[in-house]
Amino acid sequence: MIDLVRPWHYAFFVHGIIAATLVGGLCGLIGAYVVLRHMSYIGHGLSHAIFGGAVVSYLLQWNFYIGAGLYGFLAALLINATARKRQIGADAAIGVITTASFAFGVALISRVRHFTTNFEAALFGNILGVTTTDLWVIAGVSALTVIALFFSYKQMLFTTFDPEVAPTYGVPTQKMETLFALILASALIASMQVMGVTLIAAALVIPAVIGRLLTDRFSKLLLLTTTIGALCGLTGMYTSFYIDVASGATIVLTAAAVFAVVITITLVQQRRHGLKAGLGKQAVLVQSNDSHLF
Amino acid sequence: MEPLISFNHMTCGYDDQAVLEDITLQIMPGQFVGLVGPSGSGKTTLLRTLMGMVTPAAGSVEVLGQRVQGRAPARIGYVPQLETVDWNFPVTVEEVVLMGRTMRSGIWPWPNRETRAQMATILDQLGIGALAKRHIRMLSGGQQQRVFLARALLSDPKLLLLDEPTSNVDIRTRDEILHLLADINRDGIAVVLTTHELNSVATHLPWVICLNRAVIAQGRPNHIFTTEVLSRTFNAEMMVIKQGDLLLVADRPHGFADLAASNAGLEDIIADARPGTRKSHTQTHLPSEPYHTHQ
Repeated sequence: MIDLVRPWHYAFFVHGIIAATLVGGLCGLIGAYVVLRHMSYIGHGLSHAIFGGAVVSYLLQWNFYIGAGLYGFLAALLINATARKRQIGADAAIGVITTASFAFGVALISRVRHFTTNFEAALFGNILGVTTTDLWVIAGVSALTVIALFFSYKQMLFTTFDPEVAPTYGVPTQKMETLFALILASALIASMQVMGVTLIAAALVIPAVIGRLLTDRFSKLLLLTTTIGALCGLTGMYTSFYIDVASGATIVLTAAAVFAVVITITLVQQRRHGLKAGLGKQAVLVQSNDSHLF
Repeated sequence: MEPLISFNHMTCGYDDQAVLEDITLQIMPGQFVGLVGPSGSGKTTLLRTLMGMVTPAAGSVEVLGQRVQGRAPARIGYVPQLETVDWNFPVTVEEVVLMGRTMRSGIWPWPNRETRAQMATILDQLGIGALAKRHIRMLSGGQQQRVFLARALLSDPKLLLLDEPTSNVDIRTRDEILHLLADINRDGIAVVLTTHELNSVATHLPWVICLNRAVIAQGRPNHIFTTEVLSRTFNAEMMVIKQGDLLLVADRPHGFADLAASNAGLEDIIADARPGTRKSHTQTHLPSEPYHTHQ
């Protein structure tokens, strides 16, 4: 029988599972907004941009969170501003700005060859190396994000649903865009240590897509995506301990498995519903034909 | 009386290209106005200047005595074209309607009791009270239009701006929407809408502005809907048929005689609408005299 308590004897696991659950919930919450803004790849792109910022902050001997945070925030604002240009669009803006920033980081690493820091953790995540400071940062960013999104709920909803019309109802859409860029950059920086640059997009997108399949109501969607993200983090972390597979990858695969199950159930339900509706229509037709017969 | 809307020699456009030139126009409080013109004539742009979404390159725009500069004036309710709405967005009817009170219903994410009561009243008035919990995609075209109208009304507007409210809906829904707007207008709210539906405008609207980069004419439909004005507005040959109070506008198809000749051998098939019957009868087509005009 599996001893579910055993992992809790290890401090690295306790840190890891708290971080994975918080990051899962945080990315799930923000992911709902990201997906609805049709910017699914901003997480992927922005985490690459932040990688460039991490290298720069290391070279300038700045604190990682401050340096990379500032860099990520500016990149997010630049993406927003570029995406508003009709000729370019959000996907292309993400592609240009974030890959350029990533390339800048790689160029710096290749130019300055005396790095003592290993950037692999930033690229692929190192959930088992999460420190107490990292945990405090993740908890702080999560709490601030929840507070900010709670009090800007109505404005953020209108801005996400219809950014063109929202200003005519007095909604400060520019401020909302800036606030969201700040939240997104902070969340990605806090999550990078756990998920890594390469897997962060999945933590943002998959819970949001699952939630969208389960509800048509925005307020419910936010609760669902946060819960799904947190549960996938928790389950994935636990599973990775027992099957001895990289934690970040296990978390993403857990979320993907949940998605596969939900979409299968949804499709079966839709098919049954469609069949019932079809039979209903046929019954009505038969009935109406019968009425002509008699 | 002070005008509700005032355009003073206003010129505006996008990327250095003028869409509207030297517009001077006044709309009074409580008016019900239709903006007609072809695609690209500047109808939507005119609405956008009123909401501060487009900044005039020359001249000025005033709403309720205040110059519009970069931001929407207070107490304007805007109903966008339904084609611009993201119908897959997870949002219910009541969530959309409550957006109309985003900035005036406290700091909490949920609406206060007063806002909720007002929303319920408006939804009932518009006949969609029972649909509050439904997703917006699950509604008919007319119901969807009412949802966005309800959102605008919840913002307690003095001026209602509607962009193509009658496009892509059937004739009955179109009539219902226009009657609904007339009722709203009777409650003292000025209504300005854009439309391509000249015959509906002629029937329902008391005042029309013909627009094509400039104001071609404005006035009562039966006064300004003439062959000359409409041909200038639409840059196409238009025919106006008047019979008593009835006004009918039609465009003249190119090469109609040739088309009619090539279809002369065909017969119209009109299905019998009586239940249980499958018969149909034919009607002889008379291509040589398609229109009966009374000028």
